[in-house]
Amino acid sequence: MNNNITKLTLIETLKALEEKQFSEKELNEAYLERIKKLNPSLNAFLMVNKDTKGIPSAIKDSLCTKDIKTTAASKILENFIPPYNATVVDKLLEKEIGIIGKTNCDEFTMGSSGENSAFGPTKNPWDLTKVPGGSSSGSAVAVSADLCTFAIGTDTGCSVRTPASLCGVVGLKPSYGRVSRYGAIAMASSFDQIGPITKTVADARLVLEWISGPDGFDSNCVEIASSKTPRNDTSISLSTGVIAIRQLAEKQSLKGLKVGVPKEYFGEGLDKGVEKVIRGAISKLKDLGAEIIEISLPYMKYGIAAYYILVPCEISSNFARYDAIRYGSARAEFGPEIKRRIMLGTFALSAGYYDDYYAKAAKVRTLIKQDFENAFNPPAGGVDVIVGPVSPTVAWNLGEKVNDPLSMYKADIYTCPVNLAGLPGLSVPCGFSEGLPVGLQIIGKYMDEETILDVGEIYEQNTNWKEQKPELSF
Amino acid sequence: MKQLYEPIIGLEVHVELNTKSKMFCKCSADYFGKEPNTHTCPVCLGLPGALPYINETAIESCMKIGLALGCTVSEISRFERKNYFYPDLAKGYQISQYRWPLCKGGRLQITGNSGQDITIRINRVHQEEDTGKLTHVGNETLIDFNRCGVPLVEIVTEPDFHGSEKVRDFAKKLQQLFRYLGVSNADMERGDMRLEANVSVRKIDMSLREDEDDEAISNMDGIATPFGLAMTKNVRNDKPLPNYRIELKNINSFRFMVAAIEYEIKRQSEALEKGEKLTAETRGWDQVKKETYLQRSKEEANDYRYFPEPDLPELRIKNKELRIKEEMPELPWNKEERFVSEYGLTKDNARILAESNDLAEYYESVVKLGKQKEMEPKQIANYLINQKPDINKVSPEEIIKNIQSKSAGIIGDEAELKKIAFDVIKENSESAEAFKAGKLGALNVLLGAIMKKTAGKADIEKAKEILENLLSK
Amino acid sequence: MKLSIEQVKKVAKLANLSLTADEENLYAEQLSQILDYVDQLNQVDTLGVEPTFNVTGLSNVMRKDEDGKSLPKNGPYKTKGVFEE
Repeated sequence: MNNNITKLTLIETLKALEEKQFSEKELNEAYLERIKKLNPSLNAFLMVNKDTKGIPSAIKDSLCTKDIKTTAASKILENFIPPYNATVVDKLLEKEIGIIGKTNCDEFTMGSSGENSAFGPTKNPWDLTKVPGGSSSGSAVAVSADLCTFAIGTDTGCSVRTPASLCGVVGLKPSYGRVSRYGAIAMASSFDQIGPITKTVADARLVLEWISGPDGFDSNCVEIASSKTPRNDTSISLSTGVIAIRQLAEKQSLKGLKVGVPKEYFGEGLDKGVEKVIRGAISKLKDLGAEIIEISLPYMKYGIAAYYILVPCEISSNFARYDAIRYGSARAEFGPEIKRRIMLGTFALSAGYYDDYYAKAAKVRTLIKQDFENAFNPPAGGVDVIVGPVSPTVAWNLGEKVNDPLSMYKADIYTCPVNLAGLPGLSVPCGFSEGLPVGLQIIGKYMDEETILDVGEIYEQNTNWKEQKPELSF
Repeated sequence: MKQLYEPIIGLEVHVELNTKSKMFCKCSADYFGKEPNTHTCPVCLGLPGALPYINETAIESCMKIGLALGCTVSEISRFERKNYFYPDLAKGYQISQYRWPLCKGGRLQITGNSGQDITIRINRVHQEEDTGKLTHVGNETLIDFNRCGVPLVEIVTEPDFHGSEKVRDFAKKLQQLFRYLGVSNADMERGDMRLEANVSVRKIDMSLREDEDDEAISNMDGIATPFGLAMTKNVRNDKPLPNYRIELKNINSFRFMVAAIEYEIKRQSEALEKGEKLTAETRGWDQVKKETYLQRSKEEANDYRYFPEPDLPELRIKNKELRIKEEMPELPWNKEERFVSEYGLTKDNARILAESNDLAEYYESVVKLGKQKEMEPKQIANYLINQKPDINKVSPEEIIKNIQSKSAGIIGDEAELKKIAFDVIKENSESAEAFKAGKLGALNVLLGAIMKKTAGKADIEKAKEILENLLSK
Repeated sequence: MKLSIEQVKKVAKLANLSLTADEENLYAEQLSQILDYVDQLNQVDTLGVEPTFNVTGLSNVMRKDEDGKSLPKNGPYKTKGVFEE
């Protein structure tokens, strides 16, 4: 197989095609061959498109693709063929991106491990006995194992960042409202965002540019001014795209950047090995010129509790449409995690409980959002970005937490507050613990993807983690 | 002594808006009579991944209704999800409003039996979407989603009605308003406008008879009582409401609604008299049996689990109020008042002429023309009301001419002449037959009879024309 | 907060889920556990705090009333049974 082609990043691939180093046909054949070989053990793809053309991307199976089966890894939608494309898919097709396959995920995107798929768990390419992280498990694995040039995932509480972190690739959850959700099968509507999973930060930036912007379908995704106050040295405009990325390559310093490190991100539950790697990454940021400031996000500890009320409430409503009349099969076919969350949300919204649960959690959501705003606003901390771990541990064993939902939920402790606040969050590979990848989470101000991408990219260029690939010799 | 009961009735009115597109998607909202499931898309079919987007015109129409009813437009208004399972509800929830309606707290005056004003308080006017339509065939149910997502405005009154006729008067007044505002065709039979009445009865507390209250008097209507006016003093808005209510649903005519309410008042009073306990129910109207029937017992009450619709940002549109008000036509009841004060019309005549915006505008255009000829608006009003000309066919100029010739003693009105000619033909059938057979001279006999009948005042040219027409058929 | 089997049954009915007896037992236990954990929200003083329903801060996102294309005819859609109402 032609590993030289499949190793390339998206930007390298575009350049190689432009220089006619190989044809699109050769490109797709190389990836298809690799998928054929590796997918049986990884279970990253639910569907592989053998007639793929263009740049091969992998799309999470929770995004609607016209005339292509879209199951969301659920028995309910086992035979569902959407009559329309998700906006993100349309935007990619306009850029002549091809869909090489639809990727596996936790059923209806509910899960943090990738094990909740009705079509079997996806395996972590770094260790096939470990989970890849979820819910965009197949997308992260496809990028990690070089089965596509880049992938698209969705992130409601962790689902792009956690699998990216656990598989050693880049994952970006954009600000809520940056990318249209139209056609992404909804889990929790006020949390869901679609984001790229890529081999490098520069790739993530490019894909974000392609997929973001209003479409007239998602009312929460409209043209608004960026909240960013430009910093002098590393400011890049999202709208200038690839050119800006080349400019960045010359800027190797984080001088003048204030990096907030929340002490709550290093509390009980954080694995020692992971902590060591994250601390190392923060030192590196300091070496690169950033000023490190310890901050506090006092309400963050309530994140999981607020999240696991609000999200199930929205789920209980979003999943009412699956009544098997217009599409799909009977509700009894829902997997256990879906049923659990529907039950939880239905209960929390039922008469007499709305104020105690939904309204209360929505207020705590305000406090968590304010925590971040306080950190970003000059009077208190005035930091430019906040960094910490993505996941409290490295990839865990398959089956380890399946029967203990609460402990599974707690794995989202560092990621779900970002969704509660609607902020952008990036996971960048920053080292290994017990031989498994660890991701550094970089959280930005609302609608300020530029800064976190800048920081991520400069960090990435000054480390060599992206060169590390899992050995897949089967 | 026989115990007396007073009915307490609140009304929920749904009206479908006549927008081009649906409430949350761009499918055509003109669904009536169209082939099933041809006006649907991922959004109104509730396909996975689809999202709603608010139709601005619908919101403005809802505001118009609210403002016309004297409501306050909310500073912040939100769409919310009303969750329940029903096959005609594609998403498993209806996007509606509950805690944060668009318009709140209005009122509408209707006229009581003795000509006094009765105030019906409006609790809210909110925006929502319609559901699909079910057709039962054997033990299978077919679903047409064309109607699903058509904008619907709900108007909820306080329980301020105490009789069925006032419910009808109020509903008719709303229908007139919708048509004036041009927001809906408000056709009951087509289901553009739907009524639901919540009916309960309570014992009249005799001990309260001394308790004078002006407001109470305003609500005296429709209570069947041998005590006449004195009885009305007991009817108070702040008295506790009965602990049950019967919802009358899916009744598609004003007449049936009146009958159903009458039936319910009788049924409930008799039940309470027998010592039976009434509980919340939904009932329908059987027009054949002329009785209401149980549709659903509310023992297992619906729990709609309302929460804010996360797919839609909130509305802060109070600042649109002024512009919307400017765009609104003069309201029917204001027009009526103006017709009385400006043109000196009687209340009744003003009401008849302001019945529809078209007729009112027609009347005023005739008045404008008549002014140059020093013709009284009253005279024009009387003419229009008595002669009922087809305003789509007869021009205002012709109306002026007709009134002029009439006042000059000449009868030029076609309808009137026609009637006379008809009588004359009947009375002179021989001449008529002769004319038909070709004896043209016979026409003069008939014309002479007309002139005789009208003491020579008929417009002879017109009379001749009418005779010829009638006889050539 | 402890959920009884009766409550679980009621919630399942509202949620239009037909659960097996095993599932009822499982969810009674698991939901109780999760609700216990969630109870920590009561430690937070939220007096005077406005709830966040939407993080965008947007308002009045509306479109012009123009009709667009519908999907080609689809269906027929049917369901068993006769429904009241």
